[in-house]
Amino acid sequence: MTATAIETMTVEAKAPDRARALGRMRTADSGFRIMTLAAALIVLALLLGVAISLFIGSLPAFKAFGWHFFISDAWSPPKQRFGAGAAIYGTLVTSFIAMLIGVPVGLGIAVFLTELCPPMLRRPIGIAIELLAGIPSIIFGIWGVYYFRPFMQDYLQPLLIHTLGNVPLIGYLFAGPPFGYGLLTASLVLAVMILPFVTAISRDVFETVPPVLKEAAYGVGCTTFEVVGNIVLPYTRVGVIGGVMLALGRALGETMAVTFVIGNAPHIHASILGQGTTISAMIANTFADADPGLFTSSLLAMGFTLFVITFIVLAAARLMLARLEQRG
Amino acid sequence: MANSLYVGRRARNSFWAALCYAATGFGLLWLALILGALLWKGAGGLSLDVFTKVTAPPGVKGGLLNSIVGSLIVTAIGLALAAPIGILAGTYLAEYGRHSKLSIVIRFVNDILLSAPSIVIGLFVYQFCVVPVGHFSAAAGGFALAIIAAPIIVRTTEDMLGLVPNTLREAASSLGMPRSLVIRNVAYRAVMSGLVTGVLLAVARMAGETAPLIFTALGNSLFSVNLTQPMSSLPLIIYEFARSPYPDQQKLAWTGALIVTVAVLGLSIVARVMAAPKRGER
Repeated sequence: MTATAIETMTVEAKAPDRARALGRMRTADSGFRIMTLAAALIVLALLLGVAISLFIGSLPAFKAFGWHFFISDAWSPPKQRFGAGAAIYGTLVTSFIAMLIGVPVGLGIAVFLTELCPPMLRRPIGIAIELLAGIPSIIFGIWGVYYFRPFMQDYLQPLLIHTLGNVPLIGYLFAGPPFGYGLLTASLVLAVMILPFVTAISRDVFETVPPVLKEAAYGVGCTTFEVVGNIVLPYTRVGVIGGVMLALGRALGETMAVTFVIGNAPHIHASILGQGTTISAMIANTFADADPGLFTSSLLAMGFTLFVITFIVLAAARLMLARLEQRG
Repeated sequence: MANSLYVGRRARNSFWAALCYAATGFGLLWLALILGALLWKGAGGLSLDVFTKVTAPPGVKGGLLNSIVGSLIVTAIGLALAAPIGILAGTYLAEYGRHSKLSIVIRFVNDILLSAPSIVIGLFVYQFCVVPVGHFSAAAGGFALAIIAAPIIVRTTEDMLGLVPNTLREAASSLGMPRSLVIRNVAYRAVMSGLVTGVLLAVARMAGETAPLIFTALGNSLFSVNLTQPMSSLPLIIYEFARSPYPDQQKLAWTGALIVTVAVLGLSIVARVMAAPKRGER
């Protein structure tokens, strides 16, 4: 009896202490919460900051050239005439050709990994493809210029010129001398860079297909290819398109690998063997020589253009992937 | 009749399967070609000089010391900025605001930043940090790398915290732990290896980035540890020396490329090993 009374007394004596401790804990608790919220808002602020600061920087160029900035391929620092036409053209063409090659190959690897590969090899091959994605773009650049460019100049480009170059209409695409440098070389290097991204995402979305669906199809006697064509691809279509757009975002913004092999000539050629440039290559290559004023502003305007293009592509990709997640 | 249909289907199946095999071979071939070239051209240049001498003008025997140190410093700055922000923001998305409207927006914005062209990030930091100060600096380079790394850490942190079973949180809460302690002492601990994986992947990404450093850290042919001055880094020196007409510098570029690749791929392999579920678990 006395023991209980003493206990009650000590508890009462400690009560203010506890209240204080609880108060401290509450402050620390909400402090942590606010810190996490602040960090999350910083992420938001960064994207807004990128958009706003690039827009402000590019205003002088937009004011000086208006809409002609996007279509003109004039590029003359002494005359202070700048146009992003050639760079935008090069960006779109190289990305398009890279997608044309990288997407089917990437999808093929994903199908191989999910349907055909022996389980023993699945992990090593998957990791190898992921390593390809991990190689920094500067490495693709130095490799491209020392090994791939001579290969293009000595073998692939002469071959294309002598075969496809003689075909009416398409021939214009493959006209001109084999420089090695050029839009096609850059496109092929880009294709290799994006294919692991296509593979990684398609493999992930392929794995969301319920095994029951595939087993049912195999059960009625479908071949592997029929299962992929009639079950897996239709089921994952939105996700695959999302992954492809994500890869497109990469291709559009890729800088270092392209700068090394594209030739960096701000002109528009009909031939994909011709030397050209892309927005990112142009910025990387000329920024150091740019004097402040219209020149720098034009480069910032090109950066802003690239940002807007990739933003649209990436936003579409994310919306598509989100739609797939909702269903799954 | 039925038989020929069957043969046709089998043939079509083999045809497409062969294409898939070819595609995989094509992908692996490139990896082998690039790694082979790196070893072939880069390993020959490896010597003690590479790690003890600074970059030199053509004709003088030089190394990559200033670039290696610069790379480490700039990456460390990026890590110091990106890791806390990334982990805290990821925690907000996964714990406090899992279903809020703000989180949907931030998740979307983070995904955009995750794949935004790095050169655009470089231009932003140039506008934001270099123009007002008036000169290039290592700190600006580190800031640019942080913007590239943070979204990766945000993403992995959120994904990892999403794996923590709610019963674990509820058990801790029922003992009277405040939310922040539940997160730090229970949730973080449960997925510690996952959080480290995210950070390692971000470091790997930063170590190989070139484009955003061109107009922020700029590069420096002298040894420098001053954060307010331009600083060299391995990718920058590869970019410069690979286009040099002098064989000495080209050789150093390849050696640098080998070092960068080994570091980047090594980090991502370590990260993957850590992320893989251990035998016995699950």
